[in-house]
Amino acid sequence: MVDLKDFSRDEVDYILKVSENFEPIANGKKRSKMLQGYVLCNMFFEPSTRTRLSFSSAMMRLGGSVTGFASGSVSSASKGESLSDTVRVVENYCDVMVLRSSLEGAARLAADISSKPVINAGDGTRQHPTQTLLDLYTISKEIGTIDGLKVALVGDLKYGRTVHSLSYALTMFDVELSFVSPPELSMPEEVVSDLKAEGLRVETTDDLSHVIESSDVVYMTRIQKERFPDPMEYERMKGAYSIDSTMLEGAKENMIVMHPLPRIDEISTTVDSSPHARYFQQAFYGLVVRMALLSLVLGKWRD
Amino acid sequence: MSEERPELRVQKIREGTVIDHIKAGYSLAVLKILGVNKDSKKVVSLAMNVPSSKTDRKDVVKVEGRALYRSELNKISLITPDATINTIEDYRVKKKVTVSLPKRIENTVNCINPNCITNAGEPIVPTFNVVSSNPLRLRCPYCGKFMEEKEILDQF
Repeated sequence: MVDLKDFSRDEVDYILKVSENFEPIANGKKRSKMLQGYVLCNMFFEPSTRTRLSFSSAMMRLGGSVTGFASGSVSSASKGESLSDTVRVVENYCDVMVLRSSLEGAARLAADISSKPVINAGDGTRQHPTQTLLDLYTISKEIGTIDGLKVALVGDLKYGRTVHSLSYALTMFDVELSFVSPPELSMPEEVVSDLKAEGLRVETTDDLSHVIESSDVVYMTRIQKERFPDPMEYERMKGAYSIDSTMLEGAKENMIVMHPLPRIDEISTTVDSSPHARYFQQAFYGLVVRMALLSLVLGKWRD
Repeated sequence: MSEERPELRVQKIREGTVIDHIKAGYSLAVLKILGVNKDSKKVVSLAMNVPSSKTDRKDVVKVEGRALYRSELNKISLITPDATINTIEDYRVKKKVTVSLPKRIENTVNCINPNCITNAGEPIVPTFNVVSSNPLRLRCPYCGKFMEEKEILDQF
């Protein structure tokens, strides 16, 4: 599980369908021992809270155990060990590895080397396939379909791996995409070129209020302060790419607002109580989808 | 070298390599690949923009007393995929090889993305998928970054 581009539409649909079965276990209404005796190793060379915790929780909710490290500084990478060697060692200690790295292509390398399944939990600015699956699951659960929708991606489209990963996945569906970002943070050329080659309809705009009115899904992302050398520029920029509850007044009734979290102030807390807000629900679905993935990669799911 | 008659521009060589049908204007890049510089002691002749029967114009490079390494051939195939390499012995063409650009190339260039796992000291053979040959465009299978001709030439 390195890159969603390796998956077909049928496979993605199947993962989303299997995921539904895990909702009662994820919310604690049912108990499961499906992965009892199995060990997951979290290899997080870059910090993460929700991805790492939700993988751990998903594994433990299914009766499995979790080991690993939460930062590269406590692994032997800090002593100069290569990722290849770390993978060769760690694969002896677990049944599945979850890898996050700041280096692009790290998960591909780990998967090439390892005899155990590797799940990419984010590699640099590139891919974050389990986030994407949970995003797709959220859209499909909350709206009932993915095909035929207008999806707007807002904020940092240059460095944000969730939006790269999600746009690639959306080429499998019949959707229209709008990219809303400051010019400095627009979608990288290689991503746009890939999307167009897949025949995806893509619109680039800076008119956030128009996009809110016409879209079915508004996917917000955080604009990181450190991307802007000039703090004044950042202050000016961030307002143009944030939303509050009054901006949602003209939105379609069923429009949903998503965010991979953490949010800073691109979504005002006034939106939290709005019927459009889905970002906390989205975080719950992350657990559901990761349970389904673990049961599938470990060969324990039976239809 | 029938094409060069009757007005043979550069003298025949006795021993060495003739790289013919180089894309016009790319002979300087070929010299760079061969490591020809002010310290080189080999005799090198170069012809640019020579009329050609196959293409409109071509470049030709002749290097005396030297064969090409596989790594040099790979690089030449990247920048001028229609070149022919003639090994000359005793004024005759002993061997003629047409270079061709494979779908994947190995160990020839490195990814330009500093954040790519292939640049992190891992034991990986740098491998690229050839997206197109004209214009030259490669793609790293690890980080997905595209590399254009200029970025590739800069590495030689």
